[in-house]
Amino acid sequence: MNIVVLIKQVPDTWSERKLSDGDKTLDRASSDAVLDEINERAVEEALKIKEAGDAEVTILTAGPDRATDAIRKALSMGADKAVHVNDEAIHGSDAIATAKVLAKAIGTVGDVDLVLAGNEATDGRSGAMAGMLGELLGWPSLTHANELTVENGTAKAKRETDEGTSDLEASLPAVVSVGEKINEPRYPSFKGIMAAKKKPVTTLGIADLGLDASEVGLAGSLVQVDSFAPRPPKSGGQKVEDEGDGGAKIAEYLVGQKLI
Amino acid sequence: MAPDPSDFLAVDAELTAEERDIRDAVRDYASAELAPRISEWYESNTLPRDIAKGLGSLGLLGMHLEGYGCAGTNATSYGLACRELEAVDSGLRSFVSVQGSLAMFAIHRWGSEAHKQEWLPRMATGEALGCFGLTEADAGSDPGSMRTRARHDGDDWVLDGAKMWITNGTLAEVAVVWAQTDPDQGSKGIRGFVVPTDTPGFTANEVKHKLSLRASLTAELVLEGVRLPADAVFPEVTGLKGPLSCLNEARYGILWGAVGAARACYEAALAYAMSREQFGRPIAGFQLTQRKLAEMVVAVNQASLTAARIGRLKDAHELHPAQVSFGKMANVHAALDVARTARTVLGGNGITLEYPVFRHMTNLETVLTYEGTEEMHTLSIGQALTGLPAFR
Repeated sequence: MNIVVLIKQVPDTWSERKLSDGDKTLDRASSDAVLDEINERAVEEALKIKEAGDAEVTILTAGPDRATDAIRKALSMGADKAVHVNDEAIHGSDAIATAKVLAKAIGTVGDVDLVLAGNEATDGRSGAMAGMLGELLGWPSLTHANELTVENGTAKAKRETDEGTSDLEASLPAVVSVGEKINEPRYPSFKGIMAAKKKPVTTLGIADLGLDASEVGLAGSLVQVDSFAPRPPKSGGQKVEDEGDGGAKIAEYLVGQKLI
Repeated sequence: MAPDPSDFLAVDAELTAEERDIRDAVRDYASAELAPRISEWYESNTLPRDIAKGLGSLGLLGMHLEGYGCAGTNATSYGLACRELEAVDSGLRSFVSVQGSLAMFAIHRWGSEAHKQEWLPRMATGEALGCFGLTEADAGSDPGSMRTRARHDGDDWVLDGAKMWITNGTLAEVAVVWAQTDPDQGSKGIRGFVVPTDTPGFTANEVKHKLSLRASLTAELVLEGVRLPADAVFPEVTGLKGPLSCLNEARYGILWGAVGAARACYEAALAYAMSREQFGRPIAGFQLTQRKLAEMVVAVNQASLTAARIGRLKDAHELHPAQVSFGKMANVHAALDVARTARTVLGGNGITLEYPVFRHMTNLETVLTYEGTEEMHTLSIGQALTGLPAFR
């Protein structure tokens, strides 16, 4: 089985995240960059499939030079090899332009049976990549999987929603995006860390993918950021004075917020 | 760009990508899996054995040894792991030091092939734990005066005596025990033995009522007619060279670990000073507090630089034991000073288990003494400078 796992290096959610004033894209210099945690769960799921049977796990990312740190982490967890699409022209790509790049890059890996991804990155939060990729590749996409089994050419997933659990099933090849509850990702072992630097990483530009600069990046994106404003500071909140009816007041507030 | 308060001189910028990955792996593991439970372990004077499996699967146990299931990292990586573990608690670093630098290193360096095959792979995973018996109640800085005896009886060896202050003694499946085989030869008669702890006559008694290193189990080992086969002895080493080579490894880990403890205390003090308000403003804004913060950050970064330099010397196989003494003496001393200063910044809160500072401070009193007292390391440096041993 041939598995591709999509990963993304994102600004650490603990650090201050900013957009740059110039082209209104992520200001990468302003924050620490880490492998998005949901991607670790996607890698973990691929490694579980690999350990249960026989699979080759390829990491795929599109990002600048420093995305190699995120690739190395995924490789140190146990993935076999990586493809890094690194091209200035991609800078500023929206979700659809990114999906085009990734779909082409998946095509370079060979006969892929399964593409695994996180359901939503902590930075862009479009949550659409798995669906878009499925569309571009012509494969089914099972999104928000909290449980996944792959056997006999079929992927079965469970998706939990507020209404209940959906059982999803598709024949391979397929795209699956995983949710927070799917697993607990392993820590990379020292042996894994030391082995990672010897694993092959193929670096590709968009020309290698048969794409033109006009199809990607800010120029090739349908979504443009016109302006942005920082989130307003947290307000003081609402104080409930307990005059013997504190519980009822809190319940009233929660009902008002549609939380209960 | 403003200096990072956690690494003011960007000492870690000199690390390789692989070393940084190992540092991050230990830091992530320790903060998620160990830090949340450390106060509870400390208060109840326990350390659950099951932490060994997690540490083993990460590759921490015997990480700088080659082969036999060990990760085979460089010395700098091992130092970084000690630093990040001791940033949580000295007891955790002690656990790893004893397993990797004392018990496993002794077997790896001095054991027969059969010893290595039997013990090292299981010790690397954490399935088997080891301890190291050199110190006795009446033989500390002067281990040559030990009274534990090993006598020949036919082909067998029979060991009698007692060892004191043995970390992990009550948990261990195997003890590396150093014993006098021939008192007429003085310290040259000392040899090392691989002792399975289920051998009849071997007992380990926990040392209770410790006020320091409470998230670590300490034992007295009692050996009463412990009968071992002829091949239980380390085949090729006699004299104090054997045990001292192991201590040198452990001291190396400690000089890194102390940086972690110091950093944790300083960071706790900085965070506290920023949020604690008196006279209508954060105490971090007062000059006396800023002096403390500045002195602490200098001490932490100097210790960090010392460790980094000694790591590079070790990786180049150019490290002299007196340089390890330099690091152990300087860094533990610095860490203790930082801990005491940090405690004053935290005021009354500084003496509670809610903050890490007092726990580190009491731990460091042990760290100052074990693996060569501050006094002995001073004399080791003195001897290296003058050629004159002041302790004999």
